Amino acid sequence: MSISRQQMMSQSIPFLKFLTETCQAVGATILALFQSCGRLALFLVQAVINVFTPPYFPRLIQRQFVDIGYYSLPVVGMTTLFTGMVLALQSYTGFSRFNAESAVAGVVVLSMTRELAPVLAGLMVAGRVGAAIAAEIGTMRVTEQIDAMSTLSVNPFKYLIAPRILAGTVMLPILVLIGDLIGVFGGYMISIYKLNFSAGNYLHQTWDVVQSIDVTSGLVKAAVFGLIVTAMGCYHGFNSGRGAQGVGAATTNAVVSASILILIFNYILTQVFFS
Amino acid sequence: MSTPVTKLQLSGVHKSFGDKHVLNGIDLIIPTGKSMVVIGGSGTGKSVMLKCVLNLLQADSGSILVDGQETVGIDAKGRNAMMKKFGMLFQGAALFDSLRVWENVAFGLVHGRGMHRDQAYPIAVEKLRSVGLDEPVAQLYPSELSGGMQKRVGLARAIAANPEIIFFDEPTTGLDPIMADVINDLIIKSTKELGATALSITHDMASARKIADYVAMIYQGKIIWSGPVDDLDHTGNEYVDQFINGRADGPITTIAA
Repeated sequence: MSISRQQMMSQSIPFLKFLTETCQAVGATILALFQSCGRLALFLVQAVINVFTPPYFPRLIQRQFVDIGYYSLPVVGMTTLFTGMVLALQSYTGFSRFNAESAVAGVVVLSMTRELAPVLAGLMVAGRVGAAIAAEIGTMRVTEQIDAMSTLSVNPFKYLIAPRILAGTVMLPILVLIGDLIGVFGGYMISIYKLNFSAGNYLHQTWDVVQSIDVTSGLVKAAVFGLIVTAMGCYHGFNSGRGAQGVGAATTNAVVSASILILIFNYILTQVFFS
Repeated sequence: MSTPVTKLQLSGVHKSFGDKHVLNGIDLIIPTGKSMVVIGGSGTGKSVMLKCVLNLLQADSGSILVDGQETVGIDAKGRNAMMKKFGMLFQGAALFDSLRVWENVAFGLVHGRGMHRDQAYPIAVEKLRSVGLDEPVAQLYPSELSGGMQKRVGLARAIAANPEIIFFDEPTTGLDPIMADVINDLIIKSTKELGATALSITHDMASARKIADYVAMIYQGKIIWSGPVDDLDHTGNEYVDQFINGRADGPITTIAA
């Protein structure tokens, strides 16, 4: 039985409508994504300019250094300590099959300095600091405190954003450097007291394997991650929606976007340093 | 140089959010040293108009003149200079909850004008006294204050730098009638002492009648009537009449068109 042209047309109209609507939705999503990227880029440029131009607020910068750096030390220290310990145990389990136990010290120090300390510290600080920044600035937005600041001739970018971004970018490398030492110490503890390595040999192997680029790359990553965490917290807080729901969404978005960007930039920076 | 007769002038100010047209050509003139109160229902564009004047929102089109100087599209430097003429009392006071009361009052002086904290402290205490708060209150945090006290602190902060124009956003909302009247008296006293021009938005008619020299009514993003406060009961405008008498029946409907 042949289908007439009119019947074919009438059957294909719903499909065409569905296709058009799908394309519209995809297009709108892509446009919104580009719009968000543009807004974020402008925000970052404005924030960085305000970091380097006066007036400065030394008391606020000092407070952010303490909040972001000092108070994150326990969480970063615990994370890197146990990661170093687990790393020593796991690598010993794997390498002992090939009689390559002597590689444990090298694996611990390289893994910690190049990857684990910066990434884990970045993720932990994103959870602790990024969320707090977004919640604080978001609350200030919805209670009109940021508007009040503007009416008092104070630039919110200088007062709120610049100190946090500066503190995040400077303090995360310091946290990671401490995390490197604690992580290596964790691996050392397990290797010496549980796996019966010689303390002198372990330290000697660690020192032989590690190079300045391993530590430096980790610190550069940490600086970038610090910028990402604080910038995401500030951006989402500053553009928070109304009410408790808006602040909640800003906090979630700050942590999720910072975590994803940390993983993406970790790959990019690893490619840059070690490819 | 002579003082301009008109302190603030809005002409054909439009502002939209997407498809929603909030301001549809606002025209308003505020004479120097006078108090203008803009009345209107919720969602009529009062707050958006105020934020456009304060440059917290950018008007889509139209003109906003402060002392004859155009502020729509003004650059950052000009905006900063203009802000130094302004003081603002926010609806919820918008106090910085991480700072003590005196630091809130002195915030603009210390961080906006570079005054040393030691110099700013006595000014903050004096401004707090002028709104009826004693020195011990200066050391408290905003969360330790009642709503009425927070409004007073907000007013002290608004007048701390002796502004030429003071804006009041729903100054009596959320206060009991007695405290509302106290705030009204403080607004009158503060503006008179400073010789400042005032622009307030409110839907509290008792407050409007008390603090206004002139009243304007905003409806659907336009000023539909303006005139001296004494003429408020004889406008001949049925919208104004319905609003000031608080009647449910009339041309203003509560369901959005």
